[in-house]
Amino acid sequence: MAAAAFHEAVAAAAGVAAQHADDVDARARFPREAIDALRDGGTLGASVGTAHGGPDVGFADICDACRVLSRGCAATGMIFAMHHIQVASIARHAGDSAYIRDYLGRVASEQRLVASATSEVGTGGDLRRSIACVEDRGGGRLGFTKNAPTVSYGGHADDVLTTVWRGPDADASDQVLVLTARDESGMTQTGEWDTMGMRGTCSPGFEISAVFGPEQIVPGEFAPICSETMVPWSHLTWAHVWLGIATSAVGRAQAMVRAQGRRSPDVTPEAGGRLSAVVARLQAMRAFVDAATAEYAALMDGDPAHLSSFGYGLRINNLKIRASEDVAAICHDALGVVGIAGYRNGTPFSLGRHVRDSLSAALMIGNERIHATNARILLVQREV
Amino acid sequence: MKERVRRIVMDHGRLSVASLSDADDLYRAGMTSHSSVNVMLALESEFDIEFPDEMLTRETFATIDAIVGAVGSLAGAA
Repeated sequence: MAAAAFHEAVAAAAGVAAQHADDVDARARFPREAIDALRDGGTLGASVGTAHGGPDVGFADICDACRVLSRGCAATGMIFAMHHIQVASIARHAGDSAYIRDYLGRVASEQRLVASATSEVGTGGDLRRSIACVEDRGGGRLGFTKNAPTVSYGGHADDVLTTVWRGPDADASDQVLVLTARDESGMTQTGEWDTMGMRGTCSPGFEISAVFGPEQIVPGEFAPICSETMVPWSHLTWAHVWLGIATSAVGRAQAMVRAQGRRSPDVTPEAGGRLSAVVARLQAMRAFVDAATAEYAALMDGDPAHLSSFGYGLRINNLKIRASEDVAAICHDALGVVGIAGYRNGTPFSLGRHVRDSLSAALMIGNERIHATNARILLVQREV
Repeated sequence: MKERVRRIVMDHGRLSVASLSDADDLYRAGMTSHSSVNVMLALESEFDIEFPDEMLTRETFATIDAIVGAVGSLAGAA
């Protein structure tokens, strides 16, 4: 599949996503129509690479798809983003594992949806620590039991990628990624997902009690998987989701001001100045996100030392912090432009969903935690 | 110099294992990005050096041997 066909399929799915976005939000339900459309369009294999039957698209194409989908429905865009973060973390660190190579082919041919269970009760939100531990279950089989407080679309995924402590003899930060199919993951839902925003991601807690073979452990070490793939893919694809939300919000604000302009063609609408200010902020956000995307796209297949450097860590962390603050500020300001029609649900200018969705951005890997990490880096990094 | 490096790594690296060979992976032994910064600061103070940004990678601080090499190149250049 060429890039043009990929973007065509994404655009079609975005239309479906937009059509169902309010119902998905109101009922906090999985956006199955949009995900089915993405599946039917063959887009779930975009991050496996052409060697495994995926479409011929690059990182920037996947980011662009996240943005386009999120203009219609941010939950759909976020699910698409997370799926590709998981698949890229497997594909880029598969080593020479025949099992993983075969699996990647199945992601493309069967359009399997991959969720992740990286959070864990008791770790205080620290991705780099796991309590659940790989256990020997005899007969060459391994297992783990993990209590994950949020597993996005955990009830709808075909497979789950879980961070697990390598074993009681390993250091606390020595984690592995384990890939298990739904029917070997033993998933029991432990809570509800009734949230302020991003309601369609359906991310309740799950207790996962998996049994698997050693070949299902992703060969790469977790630290480089994080610094080279999982962290930059997360921050950048999320930033595009947020850019999609912000673009849609500004679009609604502009539509409102235009409608006012048509009513009185000889006067510039009063809200025009505020619209100009929010457009400027959107433009700056887009430039920042695009520059960071281009930087990663240029570095991702080069010397991994660049991506594991403190300087790059600082930049990609700041991208996340700024983009997450921008999307909330832009949605807030767009509401100021639109006024009461934006505050009311069910109008063409409604912004309630945008504002609520945007507030998740600062909380997904909390900005305070990222600032604390940056504060450490700045003790030794010189060039900023 | 190796003994001074080793002492700093043990004091500031928050390692979970007591004994280390010079070639053991310190991250595998429990050093985190967080504690590696402590090690860097302590090394800069002890040897009166500054690590240039291009040396601030995981590889530079992965083993005692690697650190000794890095510190040696900086102390030698000073």
